[in-house]
Amino acid sequence: MRSHLRIPERFSGTKGRIVSLAVIIILIILLPLVANNYVKEVITNAFFYMILALGLNIVIGYAGLVDLGYAAFFAVGAYTTGILTKAGLNFWLTIPIAVIFSLIAGVVIGGPTLRLRSDYLAIVTLGFGEITRITARNLKITGGASGLVGIRKPSLFGYPLTHSSDFYYLFFILVVLAAIVAFRLHNSRLGRAWQYIREDEDAAAAMGIDPVRTKLYAYMLGAVFGGVAGSFFAVKMTAVSPETFAFTQSAMILMAVILGGMGKLAGAILGAMVLVLFPEVFRTIGQSRQLVFGIVLIIIMIFRPQGLWPERRN
Amino acid sequence: MSILEVNKLTLRFGGLTAVNDLSFRLEEHAIMSLIGPNGAGKTSAFNCLTGFYKATVGEILFLGRSIAAEKPHRITKMGIARTFQNVRLFKDMTVLENVMSGMHTRSSAGILAAILRPPGQIAEEKRIRQVSRECLDFVGIEDKADRLARNLAYGDQRRVEWARALATQPKLLLLDEPAAGLNQDEKNQLVELIQKIRNTLGITVLLIEHDMGLVMKVSEKIVVIDYGEKIAEGTAEAVKNNPRVIEAYLGKEDES
Repeated sequence: MRSHLRIPERFSGTKGRIVSLAVIIILIILLPLVANNYVKEVITNAFFYMILALGLNIVIGYAGLVDLGYAAFFAVGAYTTGILTKAGLNFWLTIPIAVIFSLIAGVVIGGPTLRLRSDYLAIVTLGFGEITRITARNLKITGGASGLVGIRKPSLFGYPLTHSSDFYYLFFILVVLAAIVAFRLHNSRLGRAWQYIREDEDAAAAMGIDPVRTKLYAYMLGAVFGGVAGSFFAVKMTAVSPETFAFTQSAMILMAVILGGMGKLAGAILGAMVLVLFPEVFRTIGQSRQLVFGIVLIIIMIFRPQGLWPERRN
Repeated sequence: MSILEVNKLTLRFGGLTAVNDLSFRLEEHAIMSLIGPNGAGKTSAFNCLTGFYKATVGEILFLGRSIAAEKPHRITKMGIARTFQNVRLFKDMTVLENVMSGMHTRSSAGILAAILRPPGQIAEEKRIRQVSRECLDFVGIEDKADRLARNLAYGDQRRVEWARALATQPKLLLLDEPAAGLNQDEKNQLVELIQKIRNTLGITVLLIEHDMGLVMKVSEKIVVIDYGEKIAEGTAEAVKNNPRVIEAYLGKEDES
């Protein structure tokens, strides 16, 4: 998987990009035919983090906002789907409901806080993330500290999704959809408005852009990505527990975005991939791999603070 | 008729009075200048007109509607565009993208349109680009559309700011020291441009400027303020010979 990541850099121009993208997609599609369950699980996990990273990238990369509590949105989606499927609702019908709840969560956190400067915003979002987790821990409907278990796996057109390959493909499709949506948002009137605000909020306001509303949209869309990913997470794992949404989870997603290169779609995908694959690839070196991983991250941030694959303009 | 009417505008920051009881009228299709020594409160007055500061007391009427309590983006939408004293471009974006920001209030695609890209959204994007190119052409830098704003020479960065303001399709254009940092040749072009903006686009222009030569050449009416107060008002000729104006400027020179 890692070797062909460099292909896009060797090619130049759109044609080369399309060819390399096609090669990567074909390899991804063919992989389950040869890979064992472990590899499929790890890559499915990487796909999952890619969706989250693409969502958080809207908030911190496109709009330039801080969010240290992104796991909260992921929790909202996971619990919504978990609770509703356990109550007997079809999984696919829980997704729009999860979207609505994540939107509400996005407005609840964004509405009152977006007038704050970035450092205060960091603290408030951090608090929101923790509040969500602690609330889930203490409510009866969310299953308290032990969470929800026995969430039914979904079926698609009568075909039950149970194999690891099923989820592998399902999450891959989600990554593709998330990437298309993120790309289109970035290259739109709204995407430009985010960039204007990120570059100079006063100048953007002088151009007629409503800073508060535009930032709120970023939060809401980021929340929807997190919520939808959470819905699928719940049925894949068949269990949801509050500790899944601890601060380390938010930090992990944030790290994926920063490591990959803020504001760049490919960067978020690459960042999530490295973050998930690195500890797995170096599993052989045992416990010290987290230490090595930490050191590598620090080195990358010192020598390439813009990320592995940043937004490049000249 | 007056496009802009400022009545007894006062702006205080704690104990400091930046603008004091300032009143003036700006007629539609006029070119007017607001001048005064450094620190006289010109930019503060501008910031009140564009919603960046909230006036402590007073009324601002734009086309008969009160705008003193409006937010900057609302005021832009109503038809007042501004430039900044220190050029404030979106530096890491292209010149064209900078100008496209001005079209924001004149377009409407939302979240769903961005994701689904219906024909209406595609047509709108095309129109945004086209109008932005026309604005760049108007200020004479269409050939630099795809360059990054930060890589442009200072004079051209100023032009991007004007194009960006024009792209909001304003009725009133406020220019905050547009000649600052320009050479003589560029200043002459600026005079022509300001006249062209008024004559061909029918946009009323209000400018703050230090360069007296330019102010005298371009303005049909001049309002002079010092210590936040209006000390004179009239044509270039009348203002030039006003003893209070001479005193305000010479007094400032003595101190420095």
